[in-house]
Amino acid sequence: MESLTLSDGEQRYYSDLFVYCDTDNTKKVASNGRVLDLFRAAQLPSEVVLQITELCGATRLGHFGRSQFYIALKLIAIAQSGLPLRVESLNSVKDLPLPRFVVGKNEAEARHAALYQEADSQGIYPGAGVIPRPPGRGLQNKKVTPVVPPVVPVHEVIQALAPASEPQCMVQPDSTSPVVSPHQSPPTSPHSWRKHKRQASGGSSAADRPPAVATAPAGVWTQFREAPTVPVPVPGDGMWSAHSPPPPPVQETWVSFTADTPPSSAIPAMHPSSVQESTTVRTVASAATTNEIQRQSSAYDDPWRITDEQRQYYINQFKTIQPDLNGFIPGSAAKEFFTKSKLPILELSHIWELSDFDKDGALTLDEFCAAFHLVVARKNGYDLPEKLPESLMPKLIDLDDSAEVSEAAVDVGYSGSPVEVTPNKSPSMPSLNQTWPEMNQANEQWETFSERSSSSQTLTQFDSNIAPADPDTAIVHPVPIRMTPSKIHMQEMELKRTGSDHNHPTSPLLAKPPELSEETKLAASLKFVADNAVGEGYSSSDSYTSDQEPITRQRSHSGTSPEALKVVGAAPPPPPPRPHPSHSRSSSLDMNRSFAAGAVAGQPQPGAIAYPPAVPPRPLPTQVEKPPEGAGPLRTVKSDGPAEERTPTSLNSAKGASGPLAPPPKPVRRRLKSEDELRPEDEPHGPQRSNLIAAVLATQPSIPRSIGKDKKAIQASIRRNKETNTVLARLNSELQQQLKDLLEERISLEVQLEQLRPFSHL
Amino acid sequence: MAVCIAVIAKENYPLYIRSVPTQNELKFHYTVHTSLDVVEEKISAAGKAMADQRELYLGLLYPTEDYKVYGYVTNSKVKFVIVVDSSNTSLRDNEIRSMFRKLHNSFTDVMCNPFYNPGDPVQSKVFEGMVSGMMVQVS
Repeated sequence: MESLTLSDGEQRYYSDLFVYCDTDNTKKVASNGRVLDLFRAAQLPSEVVLQITELCGATRLGHFGRSQFYIALKLIAIAQSGLPLRVESLNSVKDLPLPRFVVGKNEAEARHAALYQEADSQGIYPGAGVIPRPPGRGLQNKKVTPVVPPVVPVHEVIQALAPASEPQCMVQPDSTSPVVSPHQSPPTSPHSWRKHKRQASGGSSAADRPPAVATAPAGVWTQFREAPTVPVPVPGDGMWSAHSPPPPPVQETWVSFTADTPPSSAIPAMHPSSVQESTTVRTVASAATTNEIQRQSSAYDDPWRITDEQRQYYINQFKTIQPDLNGFIPGSAAKEFFTKSKLPILELSHIWELSDFDKDGALTLDEFCAAFHLVVARKNGYDLPEKLPESLMPKLIDLDDSAEVSEAAVDVGYSGSPVEVTPNKSPSMPSLNQTWPEMNQANEQWETFSERSSSSQTLTQFDSNIAPADPDTAIVHPVPIRMTPSKIHMQEMELKRTGSDHNHPTSPLLAKPPELSEETKLAASLKFVADNAVGEGYSSSDSYTSDQEPITRQRSHSGTSPEALKVVGAAPPPPPPRPHPSHSRSSSLDMNRSFAAGAVAGQPQPGAIAYPPAVPPRPLPTQVEKPPEGAGPLRTVKSDGPAEERTPTSLNSAKGASGPLAPPPKPVRRRLKSEDELRPEDEPHGPQRSNLIAAVLATQPSIPRSIGKDKKAIQASIRRNKETNTVLARLNSELQQQLKDLLEERISLEVQLEQLRPFSHL
Repeated sequence: MAVCIAVIAKENYPLYIRSVPTQNELKFHYTVHTSLDVVEEKISAAGKAMADQRELYLGLLYPTEDYKVYGYVTNSKVKFVIVVDSSNTSLRDNEIRSMFRKLHNSFTDVMCNPFYNPGDPVQSKVFEGMVSGMMVQVS
């Protein structure tokens, strides 16, 4: 780095400043924060500051090391004395005054102080009153030299740098500096103030500024002076009215102030006290306010930032117009309000354009605060920005709040209650709002679903409890349960339907677990069975009931009828449950086997077990999936029904007269039976045919409704049907032949009759 | 890219008029004034269906040898007139429409400002900025 020679005074001053700025004690200072404040307090144009930072090398490094900092300070001093900024001048310039920094951390506020006086003279605009308070900080230094003419306190102000951390903590220049500065400050203070004003570039003429400068500090001082005496209208309650007093009592209060605080005045500036020492200096009443103000101003500099006090003030003003903080201020009301500020309409119009963020012709609370802040700034000489500064943008705040809220709500509420989600969501977070109710609903749905599943569990358990109680019922198979609400409901319906029979309820229940998809068919089949039962009065149910029903369920429901046929003399109360009917579609080979195996009662067991082998071509009795196909051939087969009854019965008997065995052919038989009624039978050939047909039927898989899980089974059934078709076709042809023969016989008989008749005629 | 943009009030006096080559302002003012006759004619011809967006955009009012004049009228009888240079790469109709749409939106924002009295000259910086963006860039 460029070598730098500093005088002792400078050395001390710079080190103090560096320590002050080096908040992290890292021996290097970031290029923001206090350093920026410091540089800004130097009252230099921003370009100059930039140049200085560049020259000292901080831009290269990204931060201020001690040497960079010292160089920067020296350059500031050079700039403030009006010399061109050169690296060479660092060492060449002798007797350079120490860099001066305005007391006000926020130079804007200092500006406000000056301009406030103007505003005061123009008439009080309430909002402006907010601003003057901060510069009160600077007035502390004014206490220093009561005897010095008004201008000098300004210089004192300029010289001392009020640290932000402590309200009255002042960076005290060396002992030499107070001596040096007063001499030099008079010519420069107006200069610095002018610079200050230049930067303000307010609408009012700059010429007014310098004279105002003299009054300004005094006015500011008085304002500050008023702070302890007058209940500080920090929240802005009294600000509206407090403005008229300040200008008149300027002089006297100042005088009184000086009279009051001679002791404290002696402390600062005159003493080369270190920064830490000056912390002891405290003004009595203004401590709180100035402390607060300084702290606020010490925040990362943003001239457009709204301090908390200001915001509170704005909010109170908002309430006077619109009590609801979430509501809008209509344009007309806002117009009246801001017209009171006596700003030109054009500027007010521009302020409105900036602050009405959503262009709706009304001001929300945030928009109102932004507008108010802009008005205040304008009143104090700030140029209105072309675009709304970020800190004034209303949306950001909403976003933050709602984002935090919604995130918290999402995190917590997803598992918890949706009530935690706050209703206050900004329009910028609508998606989250919408998704939240959906999530809630999802939760509910999840909950209900779980409830349902639990109930289904109870249902099944209940069923299992019932089953063992009945000695006749088969063992409940530990079949996996696929429970869905609808299915359970259906099962319940079936249960009710089958409630009359003790045994049967169990069997349906037993059948429930395995296949839920079968349940639908179960219901359908039950109905079908009921219809059939009603229609034909099969009594097979009784026999079935005696038998182990579970196995029968595997059969199509129509299977009951054959059994009924078998049991000729049996009473015809149709068995409502008809386990097999319910089962018509659902049975699969596995199920059949399982049920067959599970037929605990034993009677059907051997039969059931034997059954499948007995009917080899029918691997899955319920495999007949195509009801129409099955029905067709079955119907034709039914023509031989009565005769065939024997065969099935024989078959059944062959199988040990196990009820369950019969079902497979039975549905066929039942249909056949119905067909029998319709069609005349050819008795002589019937038996033959019936035998043939019985055989066919034996091979015939039971009526249609099997689920047909096995494609092979389907194909097998197709084959069987085709065989049946051929058989029936043959039968048809034979019957046709028989018919012809019969007709011939008839004709011959008739001929004989006629031959005899002529005999009679004769 | 327009050469001149004008906003004319209901009573046919200009609320805002701006031309790029400032030296020919008078000529453009005159052109805009004469175009008002054409606008009136088109408005009366439209008659019913006033709220149609189509009707708002009046299209090419009349071309001269140097430039073309497009018109647009709002529901409140505020007229926008855009004069474009003929030598310019002929702007498509859609572009002209979009320019009018932007004008209309900006003008609506100006109207929404409670500090703006209808009938006053438009002094909004935002509006001027938007218009500048649409004008031919002249160094």
